[in-house]
Amino acid sequence: MEKTWNNKAWFLVLPVLVLVAFSAVIPLMTVVNYSVQDTFGNNVFFWAGTEWFEELLSSSRFWEAMVRNLIFSFIILAIEVPLGIFIALNMPKKGWGVPVCLVLMALPLLIPWNVVGTIWQVFGRNDIGLLGYYVNALGIDYNYVQDSFDAWVTVIIMDVWHWTSLVVLLCYAGLVSIPDAFYQAAKIDGASRWAVFRYIQLPKMNRVLLIAVLLRFMDSFMIYTEPFVVTGGGPGNSTTFLSIDLVKTALGQFDLGPAAAMSLVYFLIVLLLSWVFYTVMTNYDAER
Amino acid sequence: MNFDLTWMAWTWPTAAFFGTILLLLCSMAAWEYVSPGGSPRVGVLRFETTRGDRLFLSLLGSAFIHLAWLGLVGPNLWWALALSVVYAVGVFRYV
Repeated sequence: MEKTWNNKAWFLVLPVLVLVAFSAVIPLMTVVNYSVQDTFGNNVFFWAGTEWFEELLSSSRFWEAMVRNLIFSFIILAIEVPLGIFIALNMPKKGWGVPVCLVLMALPLLIPWNVVGTIWQVFGRNDIGLLGYYVNALGIDYNYVQDSFDAWVTVIIMDVWHWTSLVVLLCYAGLVSIPDAFYQAAKIDGASRWAVFRYIQLPKMNRVLLIAVLLRFMDSFMIYTEPFVVTGGGPGNSTTFLSIDLVKTALGQFDLGPAAAMSLVYFLIVLLLSWVFYTVMTNYDAER
Repeated sequence: MNFDLTWMAWTWPTAAFFGTILLLLCSMAAWEYVSPGGSPRVGVLRFETTRGDRLFLSLLGSAFIHLAWLGLVGPNLWWALALSVVYAVGVFRYV
C-alpha cells in the first residue's frame, strides 16, 4: 500500500516555532544587523559594511582565542568521553549502589557554573586552597594565577570534574537498556570482556554517545563562566577563550559591531563542527 | 501597543538578506508540497541527504565562501556570491 503523505502535523510545531523565533531567530537577526553597523549608543547606527568582518579575520587576537578554544574542546572530549564510558561500565547495574551512584554522579551537574568557578578558584589557591596548598607542599610548583600551564590544568580538571557526570549518566542510560539476552549469548560464545564492549555495549551506546559528544563539544566550545571566574582569561591571555574575548569586546569595550561580527563567525564555526560531528556519528551508526 | 523595532537596527541589505532566506525556505516548502518525501539520495559525500540537507550545506558553505573571500581576497563580495551560487548548484546536483 502506498504511504499517504500528510503534512498537517507541522501545525502542531507552530508554538515551538514562535518560541524559537523569540528566543533565537529575532536575536540572531539583530546580531546580523549590528554586524554591518557601528553605534555609539542611543540607537543611532552607522553603516560599516563588511569592515568588522575584515578586521576580525585579520585579527591575531581572534585566531589565538579560536585555537585555544579548539584545543580546549578536543582535550575535554579526549578525557571526558573515555572516562565517562569507563565509569558507566563500572557502575552497579542492580541493588542499593545504583541510586547512590546516580545521585553522586548528578551532584556536580546541579551546581551553578559560577559556583563551580568559585569553588575551584579557592580550591586551587596555594595559600588557602586545599589543592593548591598540598600540591605545593609536595614540591610541585603550582600557581594558576601566574603560570599559563597551571591555569590550563586547573580549568581542564574543573571542567572534567563538572561535566564527566553528564557523559556517565548518558552512557549508563544506554548500558541499562541492553537486554540480558545479549550478554547471555556473548557468554555462550565465550566472548572476551573487550569483545562484549566492542560488539555489544559500544554499539548500543552509540546514540547516547552522539548526544554526549555533541553536548560536550558545544558546551566546551562556548565555555565562559567557569574559566572567567577562575582565571579571568589569564595569566595574560592564556585562558581567554572565544566567549571571554567576545564578552570583553561587547560589554567591556561596548564595540557592538565587532562583537556581532565575531558572534556570527563563532556561530558558523559551532554550526559547522556540530554538523560534522553529527553527520560522522549518525552515518557511522547507519553503516554498521 | 508600540512596535518600535529601531533596537533591531534594520538596514536594507540585511532585510534583503533575510528576505532571500525566507524566500528560499518558502520555495523549499512549496517544492516539498509538490514533490513530498525530501527526495533522499546518496551523492558524492557517500551518505544520504535530503533537499533540506542540501539547502543547509549550500547556505553554510556560502557563508564560509564569503568569509574566506573577505579574509583572503577583499571586500568586493560579488565574485564570492557568484562562487556561492555555483557551489549551491553543485551541492543540489551532486551531494
